[in-house]
Amino acid sequence: MKKLINAVDHVITEQLEGMALAHPELKISLDPKYIARADAPLTDKVAVISGGGSGHEPMHGGFVGVGMLAAACPGEVFTSPTPDQMYAAAHAVAGTAGVLFVVKNYTGDVLNFETAAEMVHDDGIKVQNVLVDDDVAVKDSLYTAGRRGVGTTVILEKVVGAAAEAGYDLDQCAELARRVNSYGRSLGMALTSCTVPAVGKPTFTLGADEIEIGIGIHGEPGQYRTTMKTADEITTTLVNAILDDGEYRRMLREWDRGNAMWIEREVIDTPLVAGDEVIALVNSMGGTPQSELYAVYRKLAALCQSRGIRILRSLVGAYITSLEMQGVSITLVKTDSEILSMWDAPVKTPALRWGF
Amino acid sequence: MMITRQHIVTWLERCAVLLEEKRAYLSELDSPIGDADHGINMARGFSKVVEKLPSVADTDIGNILKTSGMVLLSSVGGASGPLYGTFFMRAGGALQAKQELDSSDLLRLLEAGIQGVVQRGRAEVGEKTMLDALVPAFDALKARVEQEDDLITALQAALAGAEHGVELTIPLVAKKGRASYLGERSIGHPDPGAASVTLLLSALLDVVKSSSRAE
Repeated sequence: MKKLINAVDHVITEQLEGMALAHPELKISLDPKYIARADAPLTDKVAVISGGGSGHEPMHGGFVGVGMLAAACPGEVFTSPTPDQMYAAAHAVAGTAGVLFVVKNYTGDVLNFETAAEMVHDDGIKVQNVLVDDDVAVKDSLYTAGRRGVGTTVILEKVVGAAAEAGYDLDQCAELARRVNSYGRSLGMALTSCTVPAVGKPTFTLGADEIEIGIGIHGEPGQYRTTMKTADEITTTLVNAILDDGEYRRMLREWDRGNAMWIEREVIDTPLVAGDEVIALVNSMGGTPQSELYAVYRKLAALCQSRGIRILRSLVGAYITSLEMQGVSITLVKTDSEILSMWDAPVKTPALRWGF
Repeated sequence: MMITRQHIVTWLERCAVLLEEKRAYLSELDSPIGDADHGINMARGFSKVVEKLPSVADTDIGNILKTSGMVLLSSVGGASGPLYGTFFMRAGGALQAKQELDSSDLLRLLEAGIQGVVQRGRAEVGEKTMLDALVPAFDALKARVEQEDDLITALQAALAGAEHGVELTIPLVAKKGRASYLGERSIGHPDPGAASVTLLLSALLDVVKSSSRAE
């Protein structure tokens, strides 16, 4: 294993210490670990808080700042953060408008954030959880933990962070977040594996001429393996899977503040159709250079045009990564005037910055 | 015999020792169907519990279990943290102010803990989770207690029930957690969470056995 680390046990702490030095506009706590806006607590705006395992940088810590996240909680590499982190972060940033937890759909994240929401609620802070489950590699929700949360998370955190900044209340932020999630679809692929520092060997192995379609961001098994293809062929596979994805139904949990209990609601995502307008994300899994991402974007744009899908905004770069994995994921989020105006609103974070 | 406050403290210490011994074994079980960290996470969590025990050992069993649950919640991570954390917190909640436990209290401990795991994880028996060991252990314990068998016999039956439950997870298709993404490929492997349940039960049996010998 060749990595720029000092000691395996210090990877996350040293990363946070460096981040604090590079970004004085952030307030970083090491015990428990969270990254917050230095101007927090927010007085009368909803605090959007996210978190998850480390190793996906810049997500989520790189998205903390004005117009996006109020705080982020990093776990160990590829391991969910624990409720004490979310609890402390919520207390550090929450004002009177409450806290929205943005949670990617992985069992560990879901259970830890639900526990945190109950703790925060018990302290009298208004709280709601919203899930991101957009990975079309997972077909059914009946026999699995459901679709995983991937690229749509980036777009959702930007859009809902802007809404919170604009003064939306907690329920309005949650409703907008659910709509963005329902509108978003992603699919990724791996050219190579990645190595978790504490493990010291690759998470999975791919042959020299082998690629995996539908890989998860923690190396969860994908849909299938095949031989190496051209950028156009791979892009076509990913984009067709997203555009041809049918209706997706599942039960999602939300927090009933009045009765202090979790309730389930059926959520149905409808397919993208000709005439839809989208925000497109072409994302590096960490090890794939920008040049290759643009080659993918080139084909994505052509395919969308031929299918009557209009790309109104694009984001091309490394935003939700899997350590040094080579590969790409594509995310398309259907947009409307409200989502688009929130996307265009100013944002000032280490990883996304415009309008200032 | 009764399970005393000291037995509970010794049990939690014994859990930490046993989980450290079986750390690699549990992580290996977690390797084909999970992310190979169950042993590491459980050993870390219970070592933190042991660090915390001196500050609560003089209170009551409910408080000791509840505090242990809170420590597990903040130190295990992954899905096991909230599940084991909730198990111990609910078990502690059901045994408030208790200084010792009879066999019906032990049933309440397990029952409250299991209810917490079911609520938190929304799982049921047969989905290849820790419930596949916890529920048969509870059923076996309950049957023995109703027959008025002694505590050691009842705990032996509970452990056997849990161990049999782990074996029954081998041919199951996982429906919860990361393993569920493997679908049919999860067949042929026991569930690591169910396996760690058997370790905690065998630690309890060890403590009760050695204490009854001392008597």
